[in-house]
Amino acid sequence: MSTHAKTRIVGSPVPRKEGVDKLLGRARYVDDIEREGMWHGTTVRSTIPRGLVQSIKFGRHIDWTEFAVVTAADIPGENHIQLIFADQPCLADGRVNHCDEAILLLAHPDKCKLREAAAAVHIDYESLPPVFTIEESERQDTIVWGADNVLKSFLLEKGDVDSAWTGAAHVVEGEYRTGAQEHLYIENNGCIAEFSAEDGVTVWGSLQCPYYVHKSLLAVFHLPEDKVRVIQTETGGAFGGKEDYPSTLASHAALLAMKCGHPVKMVYDRMEDLAATTKRHPSRTRHRTALDANGKLLAMDIDIATDGGAYSTLSSTVLSRATLHSPGPYVCPNIRVRGRAWATNTVPYGAFRGFGAPQAIFAIERHMDEIAASLGMDPIELRRRNFLHDGDTTATEQGMREPVILDKLLDRALAESGYHAKRALFVKQNATSAVKRGMGVAAFYHGSGFTGSGERYLNSLAGIDVTGGKVRVLVSSTEFGQGTNTILTQIAAEAIGLDYEDVVMAPPDTGIVPNSGPTVASRTSMVVGRLIERASRQLVALLQDQVGLANSFTPDEFFGACERYRAARGEVVSLCRYEAPPNIFWDDQKYSGEAYPAYAWSVHVAQVAVDTVTYSAEVEEFWAVQEVGKVLNPVLAGGQIEGGVAQGIGYALYEKVLLQNGHMVNNQMTNYIMPTAEDVPSIHVYFEEIPFSYGAYGAKGIGELPHDGPAPAVLNAVRDAVGVSFNTIPLMPEDLLAKLNAPLLVEEAATA
Amino acid sequence: MSRNWPAIELVVNGDKRSVQAPPMRRLLDVLREDLHLTGTKEGCGEGECGSCSVRMNGELVNSCLVPLLQAQGATIQTVEGLAIDGDLHPLQQAFLNCGGAQCGICTPGMLIAATHLLANNPHPSMAEIREGLAGNLCRCTGFKRIFDSVLAAGQIKGPTPSESHAR
Repeated sequence: MSTHAKTRIVGSPVPRKEGVDKLLGRARYVDDIEREGMWHGTTVRSTIPRGLVQSIKFGRHIDWTEFAVVTAADIPGENHIQLIFADQPCLADGRVNHCDEAILLLAHPDKCKLREAAAAVHIDYESLPPVFTIEESERQDTIVWGADNVLKSFLLEKGDVDSAWTGAAHVVEGEYRTGAQEHLYIENNGCIAEFSAEDGVTVWGSLQCPYYVHKSLLAVFHLPEDKVRVIQTETGGAFGGKEDYPSTLASHAALLAMKCGHPVKMVYDRMEDLAATTKRHPSRTRHRTALDANGKLLAMDIDIATDGGAYSTLSSTVLSRATLHSPGPYVCPNIRVRGRAWATNTVPYGAFRGFGAPQAIFAIERHMDEIAASLGMDPIELRRRNFLHDGDTTATEQGMREPVILDKLLDRALAESGYHAKRALFVKQNATSAVKRGMGVAAFYHGSGFTGSGERYLNSLAGIDVTGGKVRVLVSSTEFGQGTNTILTQIAAEAIGLDYEDVVMAPPDTGIVPNSGPTVASRTSMVVGRLIERASRQLVALLQDQVGLANSFTPDEFFGACERYRAARGEVVSLCRYEAPPNIFWDDQKYSGEAYPAYAWSVHVAQVAVDTVTYSAEVEEFWAVQEVGKVLNPVLAGGQIEGGVAQGIGYALYEKVLLQNGHMVNNQMTNYIMPTAEDVPSIHVYFEEIPFSYGAYGAKGIGELPHDGPAPAVLNAVRDAVGVSFNTIPLMPEDLLAKLNAPLLVEEAATA
Repeated sequence: MSRNWPAIELVVNGDKRSVQAPPMRRLLDVLREDLHLTGTKEGCGEGECGSCSVRMNGELVNSCLVPLLQAQGATIQTVEGLAIDGDLHPLQQAFLNCGGAQCGICTPGMLIAATHLLANNPHPSMAEIREGLAGNLCRCTGFKRIFDSVLAAGQIKGPTPSESHAR
């Protein structure tokens, strides 16, 4: 097996493929690109959360003949954004379902004229009653989506939960809430579109999934596949925030380009990006757990509700992943998970690193500490007694066929962090200090790749060709900082037997590369990487078979063989299609079977200081131990973990989306606060490697895993520090003040 | 657009440049659109993220907050001015080796802020690096490898970053 072979390039810290361009400032992001005769576009958006558009009036002080104006009536094809369902309009047509919904588009050659013109478009509405919270949506007094406001529901059942309560020694209940979170990629969403009758639509954009945008444009324009071309430009961060939204933006820019006959650039400024684009789903999770006298889990009854916003977008798949991650990495004979995504009149929530798992894992890992407190048990010991091991089955009856080393990860995390010694020290120090310190742990898995049958449906195609004296990797999997370019070229170079410099990426252009699936779900290393590994070996075998390439060869001999093949038979290309690992079975109806082909595992430890004078909580140090299969590039892999942990700390303590009347009111970097260079603690990262037989050189997924653990680890540490439980994130100083100050207020009242 | 704005003279990365543009035009837009130096990025437009950081007369500024008028006669250094004869500057090389750049959008501003830090303090401590980069947001890295890059650059013998733009 390749997974156990010694490798030259895979596993080594080769430099980032596009690194030099980024460091010299010559990498071309979408706003760095100009097209001949280019105009600029902007969007006129709804100012109410729900209602009917009664009239659109254009101010007389603007010369509208200079502008291109697009409404829903200009759409040549379907007025919807094609995703899982087709309920979201490309442009609102008479009805709006959230603030900042796009109603009308404007383009002009001079971008300075757009702001005044957009302000001169006056829209009158008849307001309809809006729904803003999960609880309001659940009441179903006002129906804002479908028949019952339910965007999606799941029911997962294992064993017999209902009969487990009577014999239980302990039953512990808890409710946990998570807020919305903004991706805050530093490059806002942006796109350039061109339209011509001959060539159809071409777009260049900051995006994750070229073929998602492609599919959406086909529907909006009613064009054949070869008349839509999508090209990813260098992308300045995405984190899921450029998974589905670019389909909307690309459609808008292309409609304007069709209307005005010029290329049109639309680049959002920060306020528009924050107000109008997707965020992480807010959630509420209720746990009811039965345990025996020894702290072994007997039953878990879990109810997850997410706020999906005004349209279904990706809420169903986010809820699916939340459902499947909600029982945590534990063995339990009786499990019931009820998941529902509720519609509200806010901007649709979407994909964000972790994709439902951070919400679910916050709940279970916070709940485990609450159980431990309720039983008077060490939270570490409670986890150990219930961890999944080899051969155990998960909530979906998936057997653990690959080694599970949670105990080892936990041991290492405790040892590296000095957990026990620090706790003992803090207990002593806290007694006399206004700054209370604590340690918190979270243990979790993250399923790699698409859920259930997802990868089979995607049926991805990827490969390599030989062009211009280099091997080119042909994928629609995009680079947006995670390292796609680097690891895929490492894999091809390794598998063929070339140098890293001999392999390059083909342009991420749907006119050139096949559909290797979306760049999401921690699937690039494991799934797409595997396709590149297979395609590389396939090409070598072909050259050996057809043009006499020897068993061992130099790069010159390899490329010489490629040219002989080209002369004799034409293009030198090798493509492979996805093949599921054997014995994988998934039942979409019962929600049982192999939920994911592989799992990445991790234990996080947070050291937190809570200042009881200022009520600030600060993470002082952080340890992340994980098993992600083979580490393909240690520098990039470390960077993924550190970056994910930093985002997770922001999710726990800093980042709060404030909505008023369904509109984000802190839509600026001034008042939506992410951790800075002075806020992020020292983050210590450790890998244990167990190669996965069906991933590229043994790789599993890595990108989302690190965002799952920080929030529960940090809030568990807060509880350890102050002895008070906080079950909602973000945990802001005002929340600490309100709860920690309560006894003080009671004391004052008593002495008054 | 067609008005005859007074010419503003400035020196960018060692080259004399003359710009005729509205005096309140943002230096960021002048660099990107008038001088086609698109290495400098816009992240927030309000001086919070530092993506548009440039050095102006040896000071670190957010170019989105500087009107062109204020740059009359100024010496400006952008990311395009860091490389030495087209080769990576040791600071850039350190970012490449240490993994200090991921998506790359904050990188030009981060490099300029680090250049400024190292110009005033060639061997900064970790605490000084954290403070020196506190005005530059990175959403990808969690900053650790950026700190490592600057620490590494602080130990490399070579031209100090402040000298490199004088060609």
